[in-house]
Amino acid sequence: MSENMGLAPPKSPPILLTREVVNAGFKQQVNELSGQHMDACYQCGNCSSGCPLAQEMDILPNRIIRLVQLGQRDDIINSETIWICASCFQCTVRCPRGIDIQAVMDALRQIALDEGIDHFGPDQISPELAASVPQPGLVGVYRKLAT
Amino acid sequence: MKRIGVFVCHCGINIAETVDVKRVAEEAMQMEGVTYAQDYIYMCSEPGQALVREKIKEENLDAIIIAACSPTLHESTFRAAAEEAGLNPWQCEIANIREQCSWVHTDREKATRKAINIVGTIVQKTRLNESLEPIPVSITKKALVIGGGIAGIQAALDIADSGYKVILVEKESSIGGHMAQLSETFPTLDCSQCILTPKMVAAGKHPNIELLTYSEIEEVSGYVGNFNVRIRRKAPFVDWSKCNGCGLCMEKCPAKVSSVFDRELTTHGAIYVPFPQAVPNKPVIVKDSCIYFKTGKCRLCEKVCEIGAINFEQEDQFIEEEVGAIITATGFETLPVADLAEYGAGDVPDVIDGLAFERLLSASGPTVGEVRRPSDGMVPKEIVFVQCAGSRDPERYKPYCSKICCMYTTKHALLYKHRVHDGQSYIFYIDIRTGGKGYEEFYHNAEEEEGIIYLRGKVAKIFRDGDKTVVWGTDTLTGRNIEIAADLVVLATAVIPKDSTAELVKKLRIHTGPNGFLSEAHPKLRPVESINSGFFIAGAAQGPRDIPETVAQASAAACKVISLFSRDHLEQDPAIAWVDEDLCGGCRICISVCPYDAREYDEEKGIVIVNEALCEGCGSCVAACACGATQQRNLSDSQIKSMVTASLRGE
Ligand SMILES: Cc1cc2nc3c(=O)[nH]c(=O)nc-3n(C[C@H](O)[C@H](O)[C@H](O)COP(=O)(O)OP(=O)(O)OC[C@H]3O[C@@H](n4cnc5c(N)ncnc54)[C@H](O)[C@@H]3O)c2cc1C
Ligand code: SF4
Ligand code: SF4
Ligand code: SF4
Ligand code: SF4
Repeated sequence: MSENMGLAPPKSPPILLTREVVNAGFKQQVNELSGQHMDACYQCGNCSSGCPLAQEMDILPNRIIRLVQLGQRDDIINSETIWICASCFQCTVRCPRGIDIQAVMDALRQIALDEGIDHFGPDQISPELAASVPQPGLVGVYRKLAT
Repeated sequence: MKRIGVFVCHCGINIAETVDVKRVAEEAMQMEGVTYAQDYIYMCSEPGQALVREKIKEENLDAIIIAACSPTLHESTFRAAAEEAGLNPWQCEIANIREQCSWVHTDREKATRKAINIVGTIVQKTRLNESLEPIPVSITKKALVIGGGIAGIQAALDIADSGYKVILVEKESSIGGHMAQLSETFPTLDCSQCILTPKMVAAGKHPNIELLTYSEIEEVSGYVGNFNVRIRRKAPFVDWSKCNGCGLCMEKCPAKVSSVFDRELTTHGAIYVPFPQAVPNKPVIVKDSCIYFKTGKCRLCEKVCEIGAINFEQEDQFIEEEVGAIITATGFETLPVADLAEYGAGDVPDVIDGLAFERLLSASGPTVGEVRRPSDGMVPKEIVFVQCAGSRDPERYKPYCSKICCMYTTKHALLYKHRVHDGQSYIFYIDIRTGGKGYEEFYHNAEEEEGIIYLRGKVAKIFRDGDKTVVWGTDTLTGRNIEIAADLVVLATAVIPKDSTAELVKKLRIHTGPNGFLSEAHPKLRPVESINSGFFIAGAAQGPRDIPETVAQASAAACKVISLFSRDHLEQDPAIAWVDEDLCGGCRICISVCPYDAREYDEEKGIVIVNEALCEGCGSCVAACACGATQQRNLSDSQIKSMVTASLRGE
């Protein structure tokens, strides 16, 4: 089923779940780095619905958490979402299960940076743009670099 | 000429918003026989009833009409008020201007005209109403409970504890039902046997309970307070009065029968007790499997039974009993895995159902509580649970939610984790429904602390691949399909009514709904009564439910029986059919139309009489009677004619 029979790579291959995938350490790594408990998330979607940058993201915040639960490391560290997140804490203060999603985003960026995947630097911002960007946005950018 | 008072209720705005209630009262005043009419905001409230009582006296009324909601709601309320003020209760009529008028119309003018018309029609009926007296009916203060699961046991104990006799009839050789098969029970995880067996023993020993296991209902006749029941006691081929339950016979029996109790995961002999804690702890011989019955040779059990309890000559016995009330608590079964083609139709050995998994988890089960898969006894490391297997699927299986499986599946995954620490469990679900005290907390704990992976989506296919059982599903939360090569798959199969219930309800003359579960008289206000008086219902026979709900309902049904028995005699509504003996030609057409079996042919008189205790006053026989011999009290032909005339005149 999952084998590619000489065709173009499948666009939506099934996730092959095993206890190794689920427990391979990615979820645990995120739990440790963020100090959060991924399995507490019950996918209500509150984090996504309140996120001011959700419209710019390729994977919504709640789905990021979901992919961590299922151990889908590659999908996440290659996503734009973790870089677009402004660390504004909106999701964190609203999560009914008390998950600090912002901290999870930090942890995911850290894992991505360790792999040499970087999407952002202050030098990419022109002084004119910097003047127009709201302060929390800039703070967020520097936070990302500090993680 | 009667002096009639009309009281028009606003029902807050329920009626008054659509119907001009003042105009209805004014118009009523113009009707022949009406000497008083008045509207009021809530007629059923105490001030409203006081107004009715006061005016009956002040205005010297002979009859009253309450123009308000349906008579099923408040007829008894207003009849009691009328009686208090000195009127015969049957001189109080209800004109339904809510359900049949204001609630179903929007045009105020037309609705008002219709309400006036309804009142006018009831005025015609009321003018000719006779004063009646309730018919006294005696009660046999002994109850019959059918089904010895936790529902039947609880109901029997409650009735017996209040001092009344109970006959508890159970089809199997032991009471206990499905609860005896369960391992630990959500949400508190107390061991099922530990909380059930003391109740089984109590029911077995109670001086007021006569336990008839391995028995079935043959026939039921009679009516509330006075039922006659014929019970078949199936021959166990063991003299239970001699047997001491030593079990020697079962050890020696060479026949092999797969155990229904253990969901076919084990076998027992042709002579067996379903489980060691059985009440009564007496064996039965399955005739179809017994080598002696099949070949004429063996009788090993007879040889080993030191006290000579085995009796191959035993025959079924029949018992006649009189009871006053009947509780049906025949429980449920689950949709066979074989019915679920896409899940392997029962041909994949490591696809089992929830009850089988309960047996694997049970300390007294075939694996002594170790989780081992049926095909090769391996401890599964990847286990998939599939919820809604056959439930919530109106196109192919059952349209309803089976209610208990969300909770027991989480329990299963949790108990699995407690036993197989390095195992991983996955639960496919459509929704997780945890509407019960402590249930949501139970589920969250399982999700958060036990590492169970919940996957939101239905499983499309399950098939065997080597020693793995492959599950194809989806997870709508990631938008990705999921494939798991599992070691064991557990299906939360739909809860369905016990197959024998359909046959039983015919004998009892009670009803089932579209899915075969027992119907209640009213889903909210009369949840444990059948529409036919004297019959009560409890437990999963009425619909899927868990133990707390089953027990609550069983106690409620018992309470209804006790309240029935607490009266000296019953009162039957006299507004029922009666026969003019001079007119009846004995054609018996009425017998064929009566849905309550209330019409009987009287051989001596050559006419058909009405059994007043059975007649519900539906009027079918009255309409069918060609010679006008059968009439209904307070709904005579002349009353109906004048009502029709009045209602036609109205438009
Ligand atoms: C896999 C599984 C796990 C569960 N786990 C839990 C749990 O953890 N917690 C919880 O609260 N609930 C649980 N339940 C639900 C629980 O089993 C039911 O709520 C309970 O058994 C209902 O009891 P009952 O007496 O109504 O029906 P039953 O247990 O089905 O008993 C009915 C009895 O009537 C007898 N009978 C049937 N027809 C006749 C007849 N015609 N004449 C005479 N006798 C008859 C039957 O033989 C049986 O003894 C579980 C259910 C399943 C399937
Ligand atoms: S708000 Fe919290 S619980 Fe809800 S989806 Fe986001 S992380 Fe999960
Ligand atoms: S912290 Fe990130 S993910 Fe959370 S609301 Fe703000 S931008 Fe969105
Ligand atoms: S051997 Fe006889 S006494 Fe012992 S359980 Fe069997 S029938 Fe009963
Ligand atoms: S209780 Fe849960 S698993 Fe069972 S049918 Fe209802 S939704 Fe499906």
